[in-house]
Formats: sequence, structure tokens, C-alpha cells
Amino acid sequence: MTGLRIDDLRICRGTEELLRLSAHVAPGEVLTIMGPSGCGKSTLLAALIGALTPAFSAQGRIWLNGRNITDLPTAERHIGLLFQDDVLFPHLSVAQNLGFGLRAGGPRNTRTARIEAALARMGLAGFGPRDPATLSGGQRARVALMRSLLAEPAALLLDEPFSRLDHALRAQIRSLTFAEAKALPVILVTHDPEDARAAGGPVIDPMGRRLTV
Amino acid sequence: MTRRRSLLALAPGLMLAGLVLPIAAGLLGTAAPAVSGKGFGALVQWPGLPYATALSFGTGLVSTLVALAITLVLIAALEGTRSFVRFRQALSPLLALPHAAAALGLAFLISPSGWISRALSPWATGWDAPPDLLILNDPMGLAMTAGLVAKEVPFLLLMALAALPQTDATRHQMVAVSLGYGRVMGFALATLPALYARLRLPVFAVLAYGMTNVDMAMILGPNLPPTLAVQITDWMSAPSLAHVPTAAAGALLQLALVAVALGLWLAVELLLAPLIPALAARGLRCRALDRPAAALARLAALTIAGSLGAGMAGLAIWSFAGLWPFANALPQSLSLQTWTKALPDLARTGLTTLAIALAASLAALAISLAALEAEARRKTPLRAEGLIYLPLILPQVAFVPGLQVLALSLGAKGSAATVAAAHLVFVLPYVWLSLAPAFRGWNPQIGLAAASLGTPPDQIFWRLRLPMLLAPALTALAVGIAVSVGQYLPSLMLGGGRVETLTTEAVALASGGNRRLIGATALMQMALPALAFALAIAAPRLAFANRRAMLAERGPT
Repeated sequence: MTGLRIDDLRICRGTEELLRLSAHVAPGEVLTIMGPSGCGKSTLLAALIGALTPAFSAQGRIWLNGRNITDLPTAERHIGLLFQDDVLFPHLSVAQNLGFGLRAGGPRNTRTARIEAALARMGLAGFGPRDPATLSGGQRARVALMRSLLAEPAALLLDEPFSRLDHALRAQIRSLTFAEAKALPVILVTHDPEDARAAGGPVIDPMGRRLTV
Repeated sequence: MTRRRSLLALAPGLMLAGLVLPIAAGLLGTAAPAVSGKGFGALVQWPGLPYATALSFGTGLVSTLVALAITLVLIAALEGTRSFVRFRQALSPLLALPHAAAALGLAFLISPSGWISRALSPWATGWDAPPDLLILNDPMGLAMTAGLVAKEVPFLLLMALAALPQTDATRHQMVAVSLGYGRVMGFALATLPALYARLRLPVFAVLAYGMTNVDMAMILGPNLPPTLAVQITDWMSAPSLAHVPTAAAGALLQLALVAVALGLWLAVELLLAPLIPALAARGLRCRALDRPAAALARLAALTIAGSLGAGMAGLAIWSFAGLWPFANALPQSLSLQTWTKALPDLARTGLTTLAIALAASLAALAISLAALEAEARRKTPLRAEGLIYLPLILPQVAFVPGLQVLALSLGAKGSAATVAAAHLVFVLPYVWLSLAPAFRGWNPQIGLAAASLGTPPDQIFWRLRLPMLLAPALTALAVGIAVSVGQYLPSLMLGGGRVETLTTEAVALASGGNRRLIGATALMQMALPALAFALAIAAPRLAFANRRAMLAERGPT
């Protein structure tokens, strides 16, 4: 079965149950998890990428494109992650940040060409040698998105990636992100109903209850 | 009030002047006898010179490189795992272990009649008597290098862990790993550059110390000829003054060697720095590195914690040993004889050591608090803060002899107060290093809230800031005590033979054969800092037993 399937995932801290969830996200679908801060959204993302701290315990299974990834280390899950801020590496140029994401191998000019094509696609042609610190918020968000996608992930997790952008930019980056990720199962975590509406998919809270926005 | 406030405003300047002036005077006083040029002639004719120069470079660079590599691999391969927490808990207390005690413990472990040899004899080695091998004090300085590595890894590890949160390392690592990178490769490409920038100064301190230390070199290093720093100390403390110009020339050479090594290190850094971005752009994930790196890190951490721990246990057992013939792993009998005989002397020396340590650390704490409070009130960052770290990077042999001359001309040589004053120069940087981040990280809104209630600044400091910073202040004090207790050269030279500390005693005993007395002295030497740290941890817990937020930084209880 293609897509991301969450099979009765339960996460506890001590005896307190933080979330309980079953879901299936097909390629091209966006599942939105919504709730106020502190409700366990970030814990869910950590569980999905396999970075749960030892204070938490998790039960249940996670499947990605038919493969059980529940016990795989983060690096082998092929799940891309976008944070609240862009988290570009400050010591690398824009092109080097993208090269970091791009899968290894291939001759140097092919790699350079792919990075330049990615930049052009984002409307950032010629930005390769720039220091990420000199980019605007919207430009940085686009580079971060491209860096994730160049690693050819099989699913994408979005941790409130639009919340730091100003209003006008937010709509633009949001639609760009969903358009670029259209072949992937996407899970969006947010507290912003507008994000949830724009995502167009089902909206649930961390306990799996259906919400209407 | 106005007067007091203006005094406080002067504190940062006074602190820096109080550090820089004695160092400058010390350097001048050390170098002055070399001016005639006779010293250099004598130095060049010393047959040990090329060897000592090579040894200074070799032990310094190799020990620094290995200690840094172990530290970085530990963090890269294990940070965030359960076993890392255990290694951290095992390694951090070793920071308080004085260099001399660590060296003596290692010596008891690896010497031909040490524990390892005893454990393997005679069944594996066939030795019925300690073999005539130069394991200790080997001419290549391998034992000394190993001792330096074991002692510096805990230091670099704690420095790195303190710097890590300032570099957004967790999220950088998360991005790298979610892009498919192995832990080690992700660390090297995404986290290391920012971390290393903050680790450079501790690394330089380790390099300078490794090249120039005297106490570890006397215990573990080569004897004939000794290292340059030990030879300079010998020349300086010889009864006849004939060698003073030679020693001065040697001190200048040692200073130059450290400068060259630091320059070399910086040059290699500059050469290597562009490799990381270039490698990052190639996208190599290298997940296969993680397993061997984790195994290596575990092995290294276990070896270090194990050997220092076994060394300490060895010192303790020797101090209670009755008859303990060779090849027996444990003494045939235990006795209190060593302690009952030595205790009066040890208690006196211990009290002197403690008094000196308390005086130097309390002064350093007061000075640091005053300078930090002045900085907070004028709301501009301290200027020339880097000067505080000068004593960590300048070799002690290059300016402590000059301090001795200074003290002599002031008629102050040979008193405990003079020794404490000299210790202050070395204690202050560490107290500052330990205290400043917590002091500056104090939530200023609390002060603002108090001020809006009409509380004057002095009251805010005494009634809010200082009590809330009790734990870091006591930790800084304990760090200061540990540093002071461990000082060898300043105690030896400024004490002028009239002030005995546990460290000068332990090093002096090292060349003799009385293992029981060495064990007892070294045990006392490590007990003082351990006690200080235990109190620094316990006191805030008692003071704030029913204030959960005050204990929160120590983790959930």
C-alpha cells in the first residue's frame, strides 16, 4: 500500500497518554494535525521521524509505502522535515545547502545543473553562491523546501513551517509547498486554521478526533 | 551610594588590569636575565635541546589532537543516547581530579610494578619481579601523552557540551539525519563548524598546557633529559643562580614554541575549513560510519574513565596497604600505619592547601561577580574579555619565574598569601568561564519586575540575582578550588620552599619510592576538590529543597 500509514500509534510520557492516532495519508494528500501548543503535535512528528526522546514511550506501527519503518533510525526512513524556521546551515552557501540535500553521486556538473534547476524553479536563479543569511524570509523558506525535496523523500512532515512568515508571504509559500510535494504523503502540524483550510485534506487533533475548520 | 556604584563600574577594568599587569611583569621578569645573551649561548649548548623541543611539539600536538578527536567522536556518535548520559556522568567528575593525582594514579597502573603488570604476572608474562622496562617516563613521552589525553578529554567534553546549545546543534543534526545522513557525517558537516568556533579557545589551552606542563611531565614524562618545561624549572630552582640566564632563555624559547604550535594549528584549521562545505555539497551520507564510530567512542570513554578510576583506586589501596609483594594483585594485609604516621603532616599541608584555595577562589568569585554585575548594569558587553583567558594559553614557565622575582623584590616571597595571589591569576579564568554564562543567562525581566516595584539595583543583586544564581556561583567556587589545589609551578616558585601544598608534596614524593605515602598524599589532593563539588551540589538542594523551579536545571527528580 502506498502512502504513510499510522497504525494505532500511542505515545505516553510515564502513564499519561499524550496521543493516540490511526491514519492513512495517500500520496498527494495532506493530513493536518491541529491543536494548541503543548498538545503533543511535535511529539507526534518526533515519533514519525524516529527521534522520540527516552522520556516518551511509543506503541503501534508506522508504514511508509508498504514498508514497516517503526524501528528504523531517522536517517533510513526517507521522511523529509520542514521546521518552523528554515534551519539553513549558516556556514554553507545556498548551493551547498542544496547540495547537502541532494542525494550523493553523479558527476559534479550534473549535480550543479540539478541545483541550478532547483533554484530556477523556486525563482532564485543565480542565488547559488549567496550566504543564506543575506536572503529574505521567503527566499530562505523556498531554499529549505528545495533542500528537503532534493533528498527525494517518500513523505514530508511540516512542523508549522509557515508560522514565521508574514501574512502575504505565507499564502504564497504554502501553495508552493503543497504544489511541490504533490506526489508525496504530507502531514502538516499547525495551530493556524487557515493553514488547515489551505491544506485541503482531513483535519484531526492528536487524539485522532476529526475537526472542522 | 554614588561612590559605591562608581567603584563597581571600575570592576571590569580592575579585573583585567589585575590579570594583565602581573602577567606582563612576570613575562618581563622571566625574560630579563636572558637579555645579556649569555643564556641563549648556554641553552644552545645544552645537549638535550633538540630532543626537548621535539618532545614539546610532539606531546602537545599529539595529545591535543587525540583528546579533541575522542571528544568529537563521543559527541558525534553518542550524544543524545542513554549510554552518552552514563559516559558523561563518569567523565565529568574527573575534571576535578588534579593533574598530579591523575598522573600518579596512571603511574601506579602502568609502571612495571603497577596493577596491569601485576594482573598479568606471572601467569601471562612470566615475571616474578618487576621487569626492567621503561614504560613510565619513556623517552618518547608516550606515557605523558596518554596521561594528558585522559585528563583533557573530560575538560574538552564539558566545554563542548556547554557550547553545543548555543549552536542550534539539535535542529541542525535533526535536519541532517532526516535528509538521510549518518550521525557522524551529519555532525561533521552540519554541527562541527559552529561548535569548533566555540571550542577553539579551550583547545588552545589544552595545546599550550600539553606542551609546557611541569607536574604531569615530572611524574609521567622522560627524565634524562626531561621536557623543556621541567628543565627550565630545574634551572630556575637550582640553588646556584648560574643557570638563571639559561632558564630565562629557555622560557623565551618555550613561549616561542607555543606561539609556533598555535600558529601551526591555526594554519591547518584554515586549510581544512573549506573542505567541510565542499564535502557537504557532495551529499555523501556515510551512514556506515556510525557503528564503528560509536564502538570507538565507547572504547575510548571506557578506557579513560576506567584507567583514571583504577588509578585512583590504586592510590587509595596503596595508602592502606600493608605488605604488598610484586605480582600480588592486592596487598596481603591492610593497615592504617601510613595514615597514622603521615596524618599530622598531611593535615597541616591539607589545611594550607585549602586556605590558599579558598582565598584564591573566593577572591576570583567576588571579582567575577563584580565585573559581571557592572557589565549588566551598564548594559554594554565587556571589552577585551578574551584577555581573561591569557593565563590559560601562556605557558606558566614563561611568566611564573618572573612573578617569583616580583614577589622577591616586594619582600613577599614564601608566604601562603603570596601563593594564593599567584593562584588567583589561574583560578580567575576558570571561575569566570564557569560563572559568566549562567550570570548572563539570568532572566532580566525578574530584575525589571523588581525595579518596577521600587527595588534599588544593589538590592536586586543581593536579594534576587545572587540567591537565584547560588548553584552556578557555588559550582564556580568549586571549580576555582579544584584549579587552585591542582597548581604546581606557582605553588613551588612563589612558595619558595616554605609553603608546602598537597600538590608540591605529591610531585616531590613521586620521584621517591614510598608508594604508600604517595597514595595518601594524592588521595588527600583529590579529596579537597571532590568535597568542594559535593558541597556545591548539595547546598542549593538544601537551600531550595521546596522550590522546584530552582532545581529544574538539574533535571526531573
